Amino acid sequence: MAEVPEPTHRRRSHAGTRDLERYAGLFAERTGVMRSSAMRDLMAITARPEVISLAGGLPDTSTFPPQSFAAQMTRIAQKSAAKALQYGPTEGFEETKDCILEVMGAEGMLPDPDDIIVTTGGQQAIDLVCKTLIDPGDVVICEAPTYPGAIPTLCSYQADVVQVECDEEGMQVEVLERLLDDLRQEGRRPKFIYSVPSFQNPAGVTMSLERRRRLVELARAQELLVVEDNPYGLLRYGGEPVPPLYQLDGGDFVIYLGTFSKILSPGIRLGWAVAPPPVMEKIVLGKQAADLCTSTLTQYFVREYFAERRWQRYVDDLVEIYRARRDTMVAALRDCFPAEATWTEPEGGLFIWATLPDYIDTSDLLAKALRADVAFVPGQAAYVDGRGSHSMRLNFSGVDEDEIREGVRRIGKVIAEQVELYEALTGEQRLSEPQQESAPNVLPFRKAGEAG
Amino acid sequence: MKVAVLKGGRSLERGVSLRSGARVEDALERLGHEVLPIDVGADLVKRLVGEQPDVAFVAMHGVGGEDGTVQELLEILGIPFTGPSAAACARCMDKVQAKDAVELAGLPTPDWFAFNQTAFRELGAADALARLEETLGFPLVVKPSRGGSSLGVRFARSPGEVPQALVSAFSYDDRVLLERFVDGRELAVSILGDRPLPVVEAILLEGDRYDFEARYEIGRTRFACPAELTAEEERAVTEAALGTYRALGCTGFARIDLILGEEGPWLLEANAIPGLTDTSLLPQAAEAAGLSFEQLVERILDLALKPAAA
Repeated sequence: MAEVPEPTHRRRSHAGTRDLERYAGLFAERTGVMRSSAMRDLMAITARPEVISLAGGLPDTSTFPPQSFAAQMTRIAQKSAAKALQYGPTEGFEETKDCILEVMGAEGMLPDPDDIIVTTGGQQAIDLVCKTLIDPGDVVICEAPTYPGAIPTLCSYQADVVQVECDEEGMQVEVLERLLDDLRQEGRRPKFIYSVPSFQNPAGVTMSLERRRRLVELARAQELLVVEDNPYGLLRYGGEPVPPLYQLDGGDFVIYLGTFSKILSPGIRLGWAVAPPPVMEKIVLGKQAADLCTSTLTQYFVREYFAERRWQRYVDDLVEIYRARRDTMVAALRDCFPAEATWTEPEGGLFIWATLPDYIDTSDLLAKALRADVAFVPGQAAYVDGRGSHSMRLNFSGVDEDEIREGVRRIGKVIAEQVELYEALTGEQRLSEPQQESAPNVLPFRKAGEAG
Repeated sequence: MKVAVLKGGRSLERGVSLRSGARVEDALERLGHEVLPIDVGADLVKRLVGEQPDVAFVAMHGVGGEDGTVQELLEILGIPFTGPSAAACARCMDKVQAKDAVELAGLPTPDWFAFNQTAFRELGAADALARLEETLGFPLVVKPSRGGSSLGVRFARSPGEVPQALVSAFSYDDRVLLERFVDGRELAVSILGDRPLPVVEAILLEGDRYDFEARYEIGRTRFACPAELTAEEERAVTEAALGTYRALGCTGFARIDLILGEEGPWLLEANAIPGLTDTSLLPQAAEAAGLSFEQLVERILDLALKPAAA
């Protein structure tokens, strides 16, 4: 056998210096808004193994049966090896779309398969929508707080992002209406309104039916596109299901984004977008330019998995696990967070949004929390304008109940230290005993500098 | 030569340190050295004893790597290492100690007061705040005594903002300082051996000048090197930086940060192990002096192995 030569360098060798200045003149303007920051550096150390991370957005993949995984892969190898290793259509396989129809059907939606494109995760679906619709400087409206992972995408297309505050019924559509009026006065038409209406990331809140109806009405009346991102819709632990915006609208003005990440696996990188035909045509061209097609191998995996007819049972299992974890986290918050703290109690999804007294900056708190080996996402990550600095996103799906209890206890301890210090500094005697009774779900979205 | 590159660790600046370390490893390989990368953890001593490197390149930032802890171990193990001694690192890392030393050497540093958390928690130090606010005036700067980058540094523009700024700063260290704000140009002087490199100026392009994070973001701050200074300004700045370097007992290299105000330079702090990433100031200054990154790394190694040659 021929010997493979050892690479002479582990990394690419550089002829000269690689000082930034050398390359700066070549960078596209949009890289200027792709920022790194001290906070992102802090997030990098949340990956230490001894850290209990409530920072991620990870589903629990540990209960997926390995024998099922093995059987599916074996069937693919035996029945369809050549096809599974080949390129596929840009839009995705019809069989994958059938699986998508099943998932969407479970929430009452029935789109035309031709309106669907299979994407490399839900994140690519966001990227393709942006690529299709945004010119530099265009206004895009999203929730405040919004999905932290959408911000870099919107920014890389140089969107002018405007955020509309949420409360416990989701995006405040009345505020949105006023904003749309103001924008119209300035002669600006937003390219789209991005929303995670169910079990929102990061706030955990769900948009009420009334607001959903109003939002869809607005979209139809003003011919505005709404991008509905719905990764968690099937992960409901309580309360009554609310119809997706897509269902209320019928697919004329709502672009729908879905994913298999939270109901099957984020590792297979399989998501989708549903859009009206003229928009879909452009999205397909964008997808072709980006990566030709979504992994055929993982599309086959999903097809085999759905053929077993037990995907809904697996989702039901996840719902049981996550419901218990949510309850554990809520109980731990009541025990360990100070009386002035507020948090959402989500009916589904993966996240709780907690807001602390306005003298506590959660980025600084994270530094302190990391010394206690626990991590969360500082609220600033969910805003484009530096707000959110008194809030934090807590994930309850990625770690088990013991770790949730211990993690929240550690965070509670560092908060208590800051509260105590602030009181010593100001002489204010604030009520800082842990709450004994069940905490009402008070308005969690108040920001410093805002009245009330 | 077998060079251990110490990087990472548990500090809040782990990310920057890993980037510094990777870049140094690249350069060392190109220079033909045998590179032993070590992400510093519980097995550090075992690995150093087992591998017996000729020299250790310390590419660590923040508490643990830049404060003399690792340096002390290396001194005990008898392994030569880059950068300042354990004692000098400890002095640089602690802004209060550093300012004391600088002042003792007769060099100008903005007025300050330092407090432990205990003073506020148990001794009612809050009652003294009003008096010192009067002395320092507003805006004033609140900083954790030990900490790197801009982490935990806050401006307070009025008395009402001081408690919150203190809570932030105390998130990073048990001791904080309140410092008079000095207006002027922000300069950094890197020193290699006993030779000052061209001065770098940080020019804030956009945003709130009281937002410290902006200072470290590409695109929001521009770095000019060499800074445009008159001969007299340059002499004053360089002398102040060299004086600080000596007062703190630095050897090898260090970066001195200062403000050039109307009445001259004011010393803010010394960084015993400044960043070595592709956007860091020491490598930029070295390049302005005609030293490539490889040459800089080689020179730093020489200084570690032959301190007398400095």
